[in-house]
Amino acid sequence: MSNQNLVLEYVLRLADNNLILGQRLSEWCGHAPELETDIALTNIALDLVGQSRNLYQYAAELEGKGRTEDDFAFLRDVTEFKNVLLVEQPNEDFAHTIVRQFYFDVFNSLLYSALCQSEDRQLSAIAEKACKEIKYHLRFSSEWMIRLGDGTDLSHDKMQEAVLNLWDFVSELVSPDAVDIELAKTGIAVDLHQISSLYDTKVREILAEATLDYPQHKSFQKGGKQGNHTEYLGLILAEMQWMQRAYPNAIW
Amino acid sequence: MEPEKIYQILAEVTDPEIPVLNILDLGIVRNVQIEQDRVLVTITPTYSGCPAMKTIEFDIMASLHEAGIREFEVKTVLDPAWTTDWMTEEGKKKLAAYGIAAPIGKSDARRIEALFAEPVQPACPQCGSMESKLLSQFGSTACKALYQCQSCKEPFDYFKCH
Repeated sequence: MSNQNLVLEYVLRLADNNLILGQRLSEWCGHAPELETDIALTNIALDLVGQSRNLYQYAAELEGKGRTEDDFAFLRDVTEFKNVLLVEQPNEDFAHTIVRQFYFDVFNSLLYSALCQSEDRQLSAIAEKACKEIKYHLRFSSEWMIRLGDGTDLSHDKMQEAVLNLWDFVSELVSPDAVDIELAKTGIAVDLHQISSLYDTKVREILAEATLDYPQHKSFQKGGKQGNHTEYLGLILAEMQWMQRAYPNAIW
Repeated sequence: MEPEKIYQILAEVTDPEIPVLNILDLGIVRNVQIEQDRVLVTITPTYSGCPAMKTIEFDIMASLHEAGIREFEVKTVLDPAWTTDWMTEEGKKKLAAYGIAAPIGKSDARRIEALFAEPVQPACPQCGSMESKLLSQFGSTACKALYQCQSCKEPFDYFKCH
């Protein structure tokens, strides 16, 4: 792959992570346990979708084939999406939603802090902006981890279950593949080896404060970055894309 | 054509979600460039997902057109990232008069607040009481948090220091 194509691939992965998690969080709109939480989850969704738009616009520019940000979001099929598996996992209950968010926010805050130093000027500009927003997200999900983990017996058990269930998808976040490694050499991508131990430390710290057990089993699921997804992504896209599929080029 | 004239036109363009603020008050106009008869206005978004940006862009174009300017472009840049420090003092006063508490303090992108830290306490824009309570870090738009005054009990928005 040429360097230009590697960057495009990398930018699309970042964009897809945020779009898919933003779409997932949007499912809570009108259904969250209380109004303030509802507003918080949808605000986070809005930030994520906004960040993904900045990234898709950059991807469109890099590709230079006339595709727009909307084409990337609404007209690609499952295997063309390169998001990590974690973000497509279903909301289940509030515990799963918070744990998924927490696992992702810790990763994203480290990733985007490092991306601010990227040799790619547009990526560093997008990251600079996103960093300020991700801080709110991480704070929100960390506080809920502690509040519920160190809450009642019931909330603790639900959180512990979610911590274990979603653990399988954590290693993919910080495991570099060929694209990551190649681009990290040129200073464009983040060297995932450098953030993986920081990631582990942060997760351990919050789990301990939340009186939740750090999972003992190996986290192993991966494939999203290569386009191999769990069955859930197809269902997300079916809902997200149906309008453009049913009425091609519809605008309002 | 003078840049001052363009700034006068831009002062009439308001934030659709906080109509009391114009885009100069908000600090999102980064530059105005004039080459012969062509006007280039550079703006920057407040938050990545701010849904008002597209409307603001259209409103700028409409205002320029209405003022008889035919050649113009509105460009969006992300770098440097917008901060509430760019909001004018005039803008902060307008916010408070409108019922939204203005951002307190200077923005510091590197600062990480401790979890469960005591939130800032903005004065209630209705009755001026300092006894306010944070209800939610996330408010009616990305840029605001939701508070309630403990004296007059009115809920109000606080424009977050960002």
